[in-house]
Amino acid sequence: MTKIAPRQAYGEELVRLGQENPDIVVLDADVAKASMTYLFKEKFPERFFDLGISESDIVGTGAGFAVAGKIPFINAYANFLLGNGWEQIHISVAYANQNVKIVGHNIGASSGKDGPTHLPFEDIALMRVLPGIMIVEPADAIEMRKAVRAAAQHQGPIYLRVGRLPVPLVTCEEDPFELGKARILREGQDVTIIATGAMVAKGLEAAEELASLGISAEVINLHTIKPLDEETLLRSVQKTGAVVTAEEHTILGGMGSAVAELLVEEFPVPLQRVGVKDRFAVCAPYDELHNILGLTAKAITQSVQRVIRKNRQ
Amino acid sequence: MIQGKSLSHSELSEVARRMRRHILKMTHKAKGGHPGGCLSATDLLDVLYMNVLRVDPQNPHWDKRDFFFLSKGHAAPALYAALCERGFFPEEELFTFREAESRLPAYPSCESTPGVDMASGSLGQGLSIANGAALAAKLKGSDQRAYVMLGDGELHEGQVWEAMLTTAHYHLDNVCAIVDYNKLQLDGRLDEVKSLGDLPGKWRAFDWNVLEIDGHDLPQIEKAFAQAQAVKLQPSVIIAHTIKGKGVSFMEDQVDWHAAAPSDAELKIALEELK
Repeated sequence: MTKIAPRQAYGEELVRLGQENPDIVVLDADVAKASMTYLFKEKFPERFFDLGISESDIVGTGAGFAVAGKIPFINAYANFLLGNGWEQIHISVAYANQNVKIVGHNIGASSGKDGPTHLPFEDIALMRVLPGIMIVEPADAIEMRKAVRAAAQHQGPIYLRVGRLPVPLVTCEEDPFELGKARILREGQDVTIIATGAMVAKGLEAAEELASLGISAEVINLHTIKPLDEETLLRSVQKTGAVVTAEEHTILGGMGSAVAELLVEEFPVPLQRVGVKDRFAVCAPYDELHNILGLTAKAITQSVQRVIRKNRQ
Repeated sequence: MIQGKSLSHSELSEVARRMRRHILKMTHKAKGGHPGGCLSATDLLDVLYMNVLRVDPQNPHWDKRDFFFLSKGHAAPALYAALCERGFFPEEELFTFREAESRLPAYPSCESTPGVDMASGSLGQGLSIANGAALAAKLKGSDQRAYVMLGDGELHEGQVWEAMLTTAHYHLDNVCAIVDYNKLQLDGRLDEVKSLGDLPGKWRAFDWNVLEIDGHDLPQIEKAFAQAQAVKLQPSVIIAHTIKGKGVSFMEDQVDWHAAAPSDAELKIALEELK
């Protein structure tokens, strides 16, 4: 299966957008080589601004660009940008409703060997509590390109989650993409697997394995975590009656929490969340860290078996 | 009226007197707000809004406007008084300040108030915003300028110093920061809470052009804005020495008036002094 790094697609699409729209400006906090915004810098140096290692400042500067009618994409590692810059995002972007595109890089286990200081597993939770900010995590490089384009066209603040390492392609060029609209990638009857980002490929892998065990799993690519596509999720869960969520993020306050909150109010069914279980990571290569943290197809398969067992009891 | 009105100093002085009366009546009616830090900022905002800023009250989002960001958002009543005097909304609306459905919330909100370009109230954020707007203006080849007012206590916030580096690095001569240096903050005298030390020296060390003035002397204020505009390739900061509560005898230089609304009796005395 072909693998491409989401950040590569992000950086390339940003250049294409820059060619089409002179209002797009790119700000980075000294990680342009990692975020791939150096591609934009090479092409449009006058529209690229390195703010240095100042994540609070980059958020405010981005908001100032938006006040003056520009479309700023602000880039830094997700944990530093959203951690150091949270209060600035809270007031200068969310409350002020400014058209800032917040791009968090190196998400999840991307920099596994760097360990907990460099592993953002809390960023979705940090953004979910802020009114008015859309949260998007594409499943692969193809979807990343569409998401960057859609983010530029969307009027309003948006948080885009970008991974560093190659992930398998699970979508096609011709697949439609609409912000806020979940995509059913595989239809099934017994359980709904709701995944986002790099975990979508693992959800599909789990569905294959489950099929061999006689379990028919529906797999939904939830690329937009906020606002939730409640209609698509509820329709699927009303059919299957069981849910497993999977995300490269803590299970506290992330995508799985959002789905659980929806379902417990609207259509309670057995549910399990695959994600980081309220712990810090360790220093380990990406795949090994995913195994240690239980971010695997196997963990999804086991969770599916658990929710189905609960339904039978 | 897009250009500044070029009011005479006696006219400016009359506007400042009215603004102070607005501030006291607003905070009195709302039973809340920060009159001390509003009254220290009044003369600066008076000159800025009457004679300096190119803004259009009929078209607040005019794409060639100058920008002003009130980073010390707790001085919102002073900003509202200035916007009212410049013609953004009628005087009677001032007295809806802090009411639930008002366009004039306790702290500035760009979603609510005509003429306000950014939310503030969470301290430290305004200079970064001004830098972004000023960089955008340069990119457009526009002569728009970005002004930002900071409190002195607000300078404790680290983001301000990050932003100071940015302004200087990009040679943003279209940014003018104003420090309302009234030397008092919520917990007491600034020098007792956490001193700023050699404040002009600190800004100079960050490669800013520093103008130090009496923030209640209208000719000095006007001259400082003109000097700031004349400096090229370097941002300017006006460090304005002010008196918290300026204009009301019992409020002047009193920590207790940082956040306290005047009573009926206090309002009466204050308005009498500002007749």
